[in-house]
Amino acid sequence: MQDNQAQARQIRRDIVEMVSEAGSGHPGGSLSATDILVALYMNGVMAHDPQNPKWEGRDWFFLTKGHAAPALYATLARAGYFPVEELKTLRKLGSRLQGHPDSSMVPGVEVGTGSLGQGLSIAAGAACGLRLEGKDNTVFALMGDGECEEGQVWEAAMFAAHQKLGHLIAIVDHNGLQIDGKVTEVCSPESLSDKFSAFGWRVVEVDGHDIDALTEVLSACKAQPDGAPWAVIAQTVKGKGVSFMENQAGWHGKAPNAEQCAQALAELGEE
Amino acid sequence: MVKLASAEQRAQKKATRAALGATLAELADAGLPVVAVDADLSGSTTMGKFGAAKPEYAERLFNCGIAEQNMIDVAAGLSLAGNIAFTGSFAVFGTGRTYDQIRNTVCYSNLNVKITPTHAGVSVGPDGGSHQMLEDVALMRALPRMRVFVPADYPSAVAAIKLAAETPGPVYVRMGRAAVPCVYDDGVQLECGKAYVVREGTDVTIVANGVEIREALLAAESLAEQGISAEVLDAFCVKPLDEETILASAAKTGCVVTAEEHSRIGGLGAAVAEALVRNCLVPMEMVAVDDRFGKSGEFEELLSYFSIDAAAIEDAVKKAISRKGLC
Repeated sequence: MQDNQAQARQIRRDIVEMVSEAGSGHPGGSLSATDILVALYMNGVMAHDPQNPKWEGRDWFFLTKGHAAPALYATLARAGYFPVEELKTLRKLGSRLQGHPDSSMVPGVEVGTGSLGQGLSIAAGAACGLRLEGKDNTVFALMGDGECEEGQVWEAAMFAAHQKLGHLIAIVDHNGLQIDGKVTEVCSPESLSDKFSAFGWRVVEVDGHDIDALTEVLSACKAQPDGAPWAVIAQTVKGKGVSFMENQAGWHGKAPNAEQCAQALAELGEE
Repeated sequence: MVKLASAEQRAQKKATRAALGATLAELADAGLPVVAVDADLSGSTTMGKFGAAKPEYAERLFNCGIAEQNMIDVAAGLSLAGNIAFTGSFAVFGTGRTYDQIRNTVCYSNLNVKITPTHAGVSVGPDGGSHQMLEDVALMRALPRMRVFVPADYPSAVAAIKLAAETPGPVYVRMGRAAVPCVYDDGVQLECGKAYVVREGTDVTIVANGVEIREALLAAESLAEQGISAEVLDAFCVKPLDEETILASAAKTGCVVTAEEHSRIGGLGAAVAEALVRNCLVPMEMVAVDDRFGKSGEFEELLSYFSIDAAAIEDAVKKAISRKGLC
């Protein structure tokens, strides 16, 4: 069993390699979300079974920032949902690994995402559905901070609080950047903590690159499903782990060339 | 032939929207995992009647407040958890404002969500052009995986809602606000992908749906008095369209008139034209609302104002017949 740091390093290598191979894709927001996904899928936060993706007892995960598909694909593959070799087919004709996740193709993907702002509503609906059945599965939704500029996010925030969906945990990958630049300079939705609080959510802030801290916080939220929904604001660095991508909005949706890929892999270290 | 309403039934006027809440309750009574999601219009859409039908149905009706985009995606999430999720609001918001949610979530992931808003077309009358949704069939028809049902009256709206529930995946059911006379006998049953002959004839085929079925039947009666025999088809299912039935009738009569309470762009007329042009070129006329927005007025007045009433169909029939042999 690899340690969590090694798993995260492996997934970051996968992300860089697969996006480079594809010639397009979104490395920045994939690298910022990696440790969150490792905590969820590989450190015991989420109940799930790679051999049985639709297992009734699973916790549900929604990648509402669908452009971080490379991070999700690499995590699912490394967790055993599908062969790792398939990662290099990302974005190619005939591949299951579409540019944004397609649930009809990829085991472990609950619903297709890619149009921002919708995932929290879908997660809230799923949480309502599970509660109607008397089930206690937890529902996780991973969002971007730029995504929180979408008005629908706040429709969902209002709804989830009104419905007291305490088994719904929204995680904001708070990397501070979006395509056009700094989130605070493009059209700031800050403070996200204050806004989720004002909507009646329970809010926790955490270092989004500290896998143990993430695991502790997310597990604690999951253990308290009664009452308001949870917003976990995870402070992250866009492009985390690759020096020339870190904190650069330009690497939101750009693929590294062969030379940049080699440099990134060298920085990330051995498998 | 389907069984039509008796004179007594025809005299009853009932809105198609009235079928929604009552039918959802009926489906739930039958054991189906129905949920309804509305956006502050549960009285108007009649979804509130579903929630009130039994104490245990109250928790199966979700009111999102005035937040239609959330409404569609909450329904999507509910469907993922195993429910048949029906969405409400008015057609203008429930298909227009929410197009991206319907496209990228409901259809892209092929979810068991039924888009069932009410107050479509000019039936919303005095509320005016902002609320008169005349492009919904075009929007919904263009979406991969979406089926589109446009029922004519209360009994066929009940049937269309039941059919939507038993058809897996995304379905759009178009309903109106205005009370309209019943065309069909109670208990009529509909099949996905079928058009129905509601009146047989030999000189022209009128393909209609929604409130235009009644207008088409009125036109056919008047035409009969003038010696013109019109066949009337109910293409309640715009997608998938029953091309076989429509083409067979067109081949028999030699010309076609379509009639819909919708823009002439992208609706039933367009769907029929797409079928004819590939298969059976006969003269065709379209009775539909021109490329424009609606206007405040009473429903019946507006049918005449926008030239989608029985008189307009009669004119279109004569024009189509006069063009036989010319194309």
